[in-house]
Amino acid sequence: MSASLQKGISVLKEVIDAPIASYFSSCVHCGLCAEACLFYTETGDPKYTPIHKLEPLRRVYQQEYTLLGRLAKMLGLSKPVTDEELEEWKPLVYDSCTLCGRCSMVCPVGNDLVYMVRRLREGMAISGHAPDGLIDASKRAVEIGSPMGVRLPALKVQMGHVQKEIGIEIPLDVAGAEYMVLMSSMEIINFPEYLGAVAKIMKQAGKSWTLCSEAFEATNSGIQIGVSDIAGVLVQRIVDGAEKLKVKTVISPECGHAYTALRWEGPNLIGRPYTFNVLHILEVLDGFRSQGLLKTSGFEDTLLTFHDPCQLVRRGGVLEQPRNLLNLVAKNFVETSDPGKMNWCCGGGGGVSAIEEAQELRFAAFKIKKSQLEETGAKTLVTACANCRIVLEEGLEHYQMDIPVVGLTEMIADHLTEGE
Amino acid sequence: MNDLLFLTWVRSTGLDIAIGIFVLGTLWRLFEIYSLGRKPDLAVPRHRAGASGLHTMFRRSIPPPGMFKRSAISYVAGYVFHIGLAVIVFLFAQHIKLIQELTGLSWPGLPSQFIDATAVVTLATMLLVLVERINKPVKRFLSTFEDYAAWALTFLPVMTGYLATKHLLLSYTWMLALHILSVELLLIFLPFTKLIHVFTLWGSRWYNGDANAKKGVPV
Repeated sequence: MSASLQKGISVLKEVIDAPIASYFSSCVHCGLCAEACLFYTETGDPKYTPIHKLEPLRRVYQQEYTLLGRLAKMLGLSKPVTDEELEEWKPLVYDSCTLCGRCSMVCPVGNDLVYMVRRLREGMAISGHAPDGLIDASKRAVEIGSPMGVRLPALKVQMGHVQKEIGIEIPLDVAGAEYMVLMSSMEIINFPEYLGAVAKIMKQAGKSWTLCSEAFEATNSGIQIGVSDIAGVLVQRIVDGAEKLKVKTVISPECGHAYTALRWEGPNLIGRPYTFNVLHILEVLDGFRSQGLLKTSGFEDTLLTFHDPCQLVRRGGVLEQPRNLLNLVAKNFVETSDPGKMNWCCGGGGGVSAIEEAQELRFAAFKIKKSQLEETGAKTLVTACANCRIVLEEGLEHYQMDIPVVGLTEMIADHLTEGE
Repeated sequence: MNDLLFLTWVRSTGLDIAIGIFVLGTLWRLFEIYSLGRKPDLAVPRHRAGASGLHTMFRRSIPPPGMFKRSAISYVAGYVFHIGLAVIVFLFAQHIKLIQELTGLSWPGLPSQFIDATAVVTLATMLLVLVERINKPVKRFLSTFEDYAAWALTFLPVMTGYLATKHLLLSYTWMLALHILSVELLLIFLPFTKLIHVFTLWGSRWYNGDANAKKGVPV
């Protein structure tokens, strides 16, 4: 057995806990999880059945933690997990799983399958079976500070552009500000209008806020590739920045997995609770709305629909806020089928959009989104995750659908009442 | 061995062995699983009505939105044979009598004609479930020897029980002895196969519901 495989297996042994033991023991092979997975429903290939993606982890569980499994192993009757097998499983554990968690919603015996895929990735990554795209992104995140290689000077350039355009100063490193705003690389590079939107909204609400030069990047490739050590380092940067500036609340940007990483996994990754709150930008905006701090005028009149980012809604618990905010500025808002916590993934979450070899499969999986959109007849698609946004734009382009994709925060900012 | 000796053995020694393995095996399996524990969650929880481990333990018995039409047979057949098995095991007068002998507990049963009909429906549904497993690409792909064995271990007690009460195929004594033997096999294998889901699904549902409830998501 290679040293890296040995490490991988021992990590898998470590991540197996009572929930995972209970889940594997409960599975009756009914296959209903396949019906919840867009990679199965859009390809019809049974190998994309979520429980099948977990086979290496199941065998480690059985061979290490059950009496009969250990007995079989001692007698040489069990099939050990090998490097070849893990390499074969790479496309199942990474390319065809966006960690969207839809399978965990439907399993009749209650198995939380995505919880297990997230943990299986820990063993896959450490044993050298993670995709190159995610390895490169993780390296850049640790070494440069952003998975896309965005450094502080690049942010400063974009801050300058935004300041010039909207005439509001973008604060940097302001100690004692109420809010510390994070960005995703995708927003800094492709959607800097997000920053302008936040500036306008904060100004109207009369709130103090700041960016932090040492912690502006919110995304976390560590949780996508499945290396908790890397994920912890990335969270720690944000924690250090927030504690240094003594802010009350850190705002996670329009990025789904950044929110999951910071809000739900973060304290567990660094081993202690935070001294500040973490809110998603939509939670902040909805809070402003209910306090009367968000004054808007006018309505979008085109027919529009909303794409629920999995990590924000199903995996994040931000359920009503997007609807409350949409109804503030849109008169013709229609839901897609399976809205809210049952929504279908864009196909690019969980690191999949960073895996080049997964692109064709991702476009195949996008067919579900395409048909959902066609059913609504919507002319504009609103979402609240920059990664969903770029994946949706690419999918729409691929299928030659002319539907603009808009960030909800920007849409709200466009309707702010002037002069207040 | 003649039929009476055989029946006497399965009713006494055989039953003792089977119940012993079933009880100790189940306790061991539950210990083996749940003693692994889990790490505490340090994230500040969000609270939302309807989201908890307990809610999910019950809610997961109902098809989630959109799922019924995707796999109607799985759901309908699943309900029918599970409820059928529960009715036959716990509401057939003879079974209640046995439970009373073993535990002292008893409750009123259902008329035997009703139990007969339930047995026929349950057997037919289980055959349908087997056909589904063989015909549906996903189910066939996932199926191992254990899946078919678990099916047989569940099917045989119902079939032999029905044949015994109807005095079909073999003499009543032989069929009753085979019926009890098939139940004993079921009891012996239950803790060590996927049939353990009878117990662990409650834990699985609770863990899933609890983890997601911490994020404020009712699942």
